[in-house]
Amino acid sequence: MTATATSARSDLSELGRSETALRTFLHGLPGVDQVGAEQRAAQLGTRSIKTTAKAQAIDLAIRMVDLTTLEGADTPGKVRALAAKALRPDPADPSCPHVGAVCVYPAMVPHVAEVLRGSGVHLASVATAFPSGQAPLEVKLADTRAAVAAGADEIDMVINRGAFLAGRYQEVYDEIVATKQACGDAHLKVILETGELATYDNVRRASWLAMLAGGDFIKTSTGKVPVAATLPVTLVMLEAVRDFRAATGRQVGVKPAGGIKTTKDAIKYLVMVNETVGGDWLDPDWFRFGASSLLNDLLMQRTKLTTGVYSGPDYFTLD
Amino acid sequence: MSERVAVRKTYKLFIGGKFPRSESGRSYLVQDSNVSLASRKDARDAVVAARAAVKGWAGATAYNRGQILYRVAEMLEGRREQFVALGVPADEVDAAIDRWVWYAGWSDKLPQVYGGANPVAGPYFNLSAPEPTGVVAVVAPASPALLGLVSVIAPAIVTGNTVVVAASPTQPLAAVTLAEVLATSDLPGGVVNILTGALTETVPTLAAHMDVNAIDLTGVGDAALAADLEVRAAENLKRVLRPAPADHDWHADPGVTRMTTLLETKTVWHPKGV
Repeated sequence: MTATATSARSDLSELGRSETALRTFLHGLPGVDQVGAEQRAAQLGTRSIKTTAKAQAIDLAIRMVDLTTLEGADTPGKVRALAAKALRPDPADPSCPHVGAVCVYPAMVPHVAEVLRGSGVHLASVATAFPSGQAPLEVKLADTRAAVAAGADEIDMVINRGAFLAGRYQEVYDEIVATKQACGDAHLKVILETGELATYDNVRRASWLAMLAGGDFIKTSTGKVPVAATLPVTLVMLEAVRDFRAATGRQVGVKPAGGIKTTKDAIKYLVMVNETVGGDWLDPDWFRFGASSLLNDLLMQRTKLTTGVYSGPDYFTLD
Repeated sequence: MSERVAVRKTYKLFIGGKFPRSESGRSYLVQDSNVSLASRKDARDAVVAARAAVKGWAGATAYNRGQILYRVAEMLEGRREQFVALGVPADEVDAAIDRWVWYAGWSDKLPQVYGGANPVAGPYFNLSAPEPTGVVAVVAPASPALLGLVSVIAPAIVTGNTVVVAASPTQPLAAVTLAEVLATSDLPGGVVNILTGALTETVPTLAAHMDVNAIDLTGVGDAALAADLEVRAAENLKRVLRPAPADHDWHADPGVTRMTTLLETKTVWHPKGV
């Protein structure tokens, strides 16, 4: 048993050495039963979470939020305000936990770093020519190094979808490995942009590819294409991290991003995490939500639970 | 040839321009029909729909709002027989249509009467304009079923507010039928939302809801409940219309109080540049 597991581990680490081995392995992964995955995700979404369990889920979800702003119109003032909100999401209630991280463009990292220093809130920066990833490798690596040097301790990179869809897995693999090196101590989240991968089989392959290449997190989307995170896609990715840990012993995090706007949605994801990979992943270190408007809905629901009265958007900040 | 099976109607809620059943799945028997029994979550959903509709409705020109309300009156006229069949006296239907048209006419006149230029001692223009307060919760009176309903909905929405109406528990059919009129009248979804069922379930939720800006207690008969609702409404300083006295004459000239109570006055100072 142990011998098999060890040989499996060494086999996996060898995969990156040749395009053929990589392709054979990725195409040898079992196919995803599309109908089954969608049905399973829909079924888990019907679970009813109430009262104290709901209160716990809301606080956990707040701690898992990567509070994100990725707009051309971001200014130093706006990202500082966002960082302040990350530290104290609900100024009226000191018992409200802080969020998991703030996620911004590299140019905005220094402004956020000032506010977050020493707070325990992580600072994530997108890099590698986000969101398209269509730039030369040297540019992507310079982008990454700059973000880390400015103070980011988490890097959200995008994979080269053009190469992935064309079947050049080695190229994608090497880029992730190089970016991981450029990150140094910073955590690397690998954005698969599942909305552009077309099939669940591709999502499973991209997940494995990203994990084999050393990603610390796999993330669904950039939030910049029409189809962002969905429950079935996240289910496929959760199964991939579960199988990856079983095969290699290394745990990888998952981050659905984009389109998760309500507390109800967030709780559906938490139920799915618990049912698919178990409590080990129910922690901000292993599961995150990439979101902006989700936080206000979580806060409104939290206020409803503590005061018994429905709250409204007037009582929370706009961004 | 087998005998035709009649299509029987289930009276549902009216939320965001749609006719959903209560999320609780409950209904109750009243006026020989099955009517949805709204829960506090339906009230919450209705407030969300009403809030979403505020921007478009308050932002529409007064002229446009007047046109749409007039269109509602046209549709009411077309459904006259249906209301009569529900037991509403024909002269009450006529009075309700006239009342609706009367309020529709106020849409572009109210700002002229209740706004205007204020004299100030300085080189400024000082202008006041009435603006809608936002989302209004309305408890409709039980009687008269249609005229009473129209007399509380029309004054709230003509100025640009959106409403969540708790229909009378004993007379809900006129309210749901009015919803069918509104749904076919170009009125944007969410401007009027109608909940049927027990007042004690939905109205306290609406009164305490922080995203509701005003509450009209006209149809609350129980003095103790009315007092409780006013206390709940105080939390976020809602504007409150007190319950109507039992002997209120609904056919009399309603005056403008119902409209003006649900307004905020915006005053701007502007340099004259001389």
